[in-house]
Amino acid sequence: MKMLQKVAVAAAFGVFAVASAQAQTLTIAVGAPVTSLDPHYHQLSPNNAAADMIFDRLVNTDERSRQEPGLALEWRAVEPTVWEFKLRPNVRFQNGSAFTAEDVAFTLGRLPNVPNSPSSFAAYSRPIQRIEIVDPLTIRFHTAEPYPLLPLDMTNVRILDRETHERSTTEDFNAGRAAIGTGPFRVVSHRMGDRIELERNDTYWGERPAYARVNYRMVTNDAARTAALLAGDVDLIDQVPTSDLARLRQDQRVSISERVGLRLIFIGLDHLRAANENSPFITDNNGQPLGRNPLQDVRVRRALSMAIDRRAIVDRVMEGAAVPAGQFLPEGTYGFVPNLPPVAFDADGARRLLAEAGYPQGFRITLSSPNDRYINDARIAQAVGQMWTRIGVRTAVDAQPWTTFVARAGRADTSAHLIGWGSNPDGSHPLRNILATVSRDRGWGSSNRGRYSNQQVDALLLQSLSELNEERREELVIQAQRIAAEDVGVIPLHIQTNIWATRRGIAYNARADELTLAQDARPAAAR
Amino acid sequence: MSVYLLRRLIQALGVVLVMSLIVFIGVFAIGDPVEILISPDADQIERERAIVALGLDKPLWLQYLSFLGNALRGDLGRSFVFNEPALQLILNRMPATLELAFGAMFLALLVGLPLGLYAGLKPNSPVSKGIMAGSILGFSLPTFWVGLMLIMVFAVQLGWLPSTGRGETREILGMRWSFLTRDGLAHMAMPALNLALFKISLVIRLTRAGVRETMLMDYVKFARAKGLSPARVTFVHVFKNILIPVVTVVGLELGSTIAFSVVTESVFAWPGMGKLIIDSINVLDRPVIVAYLMIIVLMFITINLVVDLTYSVLDPRVRLEGK
Repeated sequence: MKMLQKVAVAAAFGVFAVASAQAQTLTIAVGAPVTSLDPHYHQLSPNNAAADMIFDRLVNTDERSRQEPGLALEWRAVEPTVWEFKLRPNVRFQNGSAFTAEDVAFTLGRLPNVPNSPSSFAAYSRPIQRIEIVDPLTIRFHTAEPYPLLPLDMTNVRILDRETHERSTTEDFNAGRAAIGTGPFRVVSHRMGDRIELERNDTYWGERPAYARVNYRMVTNDAARTAALLAGDVDLIDQVPTSDLARLRQDQRVSISERVGLRLIFIGLDHLRAANENSPFITDNNGQPLGRNPLQDVRVRRALSMAIDRRAIVDRVMEGAAVPAGQFLPEGTYGFVPNLPPVAFDADGARRLLAEAGYPQGFRITLSSPNDRYINDARIAQAVGQMWTRIGVRTAVDAQPWTTFVARAGRADTSAHLIGWGSNPDGSHPLRNILATVSRDRGWGSSNRGRYSNQQVDALLLQSLSELNEERREELVIQAQRIAAEDVGVIPLHIQTNIWATRRGIAYNARADELTLAQDARPAAAR
Repeated sequence: MSVYLLRRLIQALGVVLVMSLIVFIGVFAIGDPVEILISPDADQIERERAIVALGLDKPLWLQYLSFLGNALRGDLGRSFVFNEPALQLILNRMPATLELAFGAMFLALLVGLPLGLYAGLKPNSPVSKGIMAGSILGFSLPTFWVGLMLIMVFAVQLGWLPSTGRGETREILGMRWSFLTRDGLAHMAMPALNLALFKISLVIRLTRAGVRETMLMDYVKFARAKGLSPARVTFVHVFKNILIPVVTVVGLELGSTIAFSVVTESVFAWPGMGKLIIDSINVLDRPVIVAYLMIIVLMFITINLVVDLTYSVLDPRVRLEGK
């Protein structure tokens, strides 16, 4: 009996030892470098990912980018221009300081005041005119006009502590001294551009992370990241290159987690030049100016869209790591337009439409594209170029590094350009930034590089931006997107699938928003 | 001697000045850093704020003049991306690159000199032919590919060495070095070898050519006729005379290894300066690019100076003043 006990104890210890060794340190290799631990310095996905492990937001987002309570338990518009947030009680920062409404007010005040920020978070506090602290756990935001997007904005703001961070600079955060939040992990050390070492915050209010320590490494080279996983040096990698995907799916040592993301790859068209003007990169078949901009004719735009075999691009160029798309957002998100499938491939129909529009012989066009920004971007552009050429629109592809491409696209110095857009999970986001008429006063059309403009779309968007009833607002957002899609404002191609690969035995809860978060990984057996 | 040094110094300043001007205009011509750094959904007001925050609202010549003014006080500007002084950012990454470059150079000499000597002394032996054939491979295989192959073989298949990263470091003089720990050396082995491969071939070929040429010289024949031992002939009379081209090339190679080991550093995720500069170019982080290139120019000038001084030690006929 004693013997048996001993064996049982030994066995139990053995199992425990194995389990705890597994569950101790998680090593992650991410493809995009984190450039700052200051959560309000640079609005950039990798920085936001790092911040979401250390800090919390009032409104969190789950793996499908749906809103869920974070540091706020509930929120509602108590009046058309007043939002009230009820805060989570008994939350402490990692240095023991208590979280209260004061901290929220302090954070929103800091957003526009981070020195030298190359892309600040100021836009999220701008609609707020006055902050009213009702009690330590209730805060009200007064806006000038009804503003339904305030909770969405709050999913972008990481909350700091007034006592701790009143005088903290970006350098203090980067050094780790000031990187103190209420989030699931605390910073142990940070080596810029190399790695962040984290340990579990045992006083975290939410679900306890599975790993006690995390080594968050930046390995920007795709092949090296895959090799590090195969060599067993890291447990989890993101941005799995599509060329390795087929092999990794076969590999017994590796599991793949994936989810359809929020990033649409699309083609923007020149709407700036009027119908009787020349578009800079369109000529007739002999290379002479056309004397008109064919892209102002919706039949031509539709023909260009119909000429594209999206399924072929997804299957062959993207190796299946995308879904063909007819709109900006994937199914299940707020503002997804029902019954708007990807435009079907129909080369004959496209030729007929071109002839109808007065271009039976087609014309020549240059499709501009970045070659280092999106997954397989230049190869997608080449595929589209071939498909367009097949219907008589002879296409030259001009692929450039993002640094030069984006400057040209920003000046509208293209006739057609391939580009991507990562949306917030709300249909108003792509509408406001890509499809709305460019307007400084309204802050619209910031990435509308084709200068698309449609009064109906603008009117519906404007209406939606002051509609506090969520159902009616979604209705308006859907209607505006449907009109823009029927007008072929842009040509959607596909929505990327976000892919992570882990060592077998580890599960990663793949996210729509592309962020790689240590709290989303756990031993596979635990699921 | 001091006049000579002074003249070199003035030349250096001139080159640095021209360099900074070219980079300023170059980055301006490539594109707009704000377009690249700013969040795509930032509105026009936010864009204008960022342009002012980064000092890009002023005309280019004014930006350049204020840069020069600050540079005289030792301030090369703050990185747009990291919001830290560009100089400090680069100096923080420097030890990683330096130890890798010196490691590679050490390997190149350690392997290249003996093999080159052997191939030069016994040009017709099959071993020499093997060495020379091997050196062709070292020249022609792309660093990128060799790096990945090293990882696949030694890290993924055999599991002997860690695939990427810098490993454990120890702090000396406020800087972190990894050649002082076992783990650090293991992490360094593959990237250093990867960087060294080309240089090993170079040293082999230079040494061999030098030996072949020198062996036919009259003074070698005379030394032999005098009855000196073959070892003394080789290691004193021949070796010293072939060192001049080797020192020149090794010096210049060391410079370019430090400055442009971009490929190796990114394949092995080695957190050095090469990775920093390529990342900075991708986002047009002008202060870092300018500061980096200025440091590199200074470094090349220093290395050339050291090489010239070494000549005068190796070959008493070389006079510095006479140049």
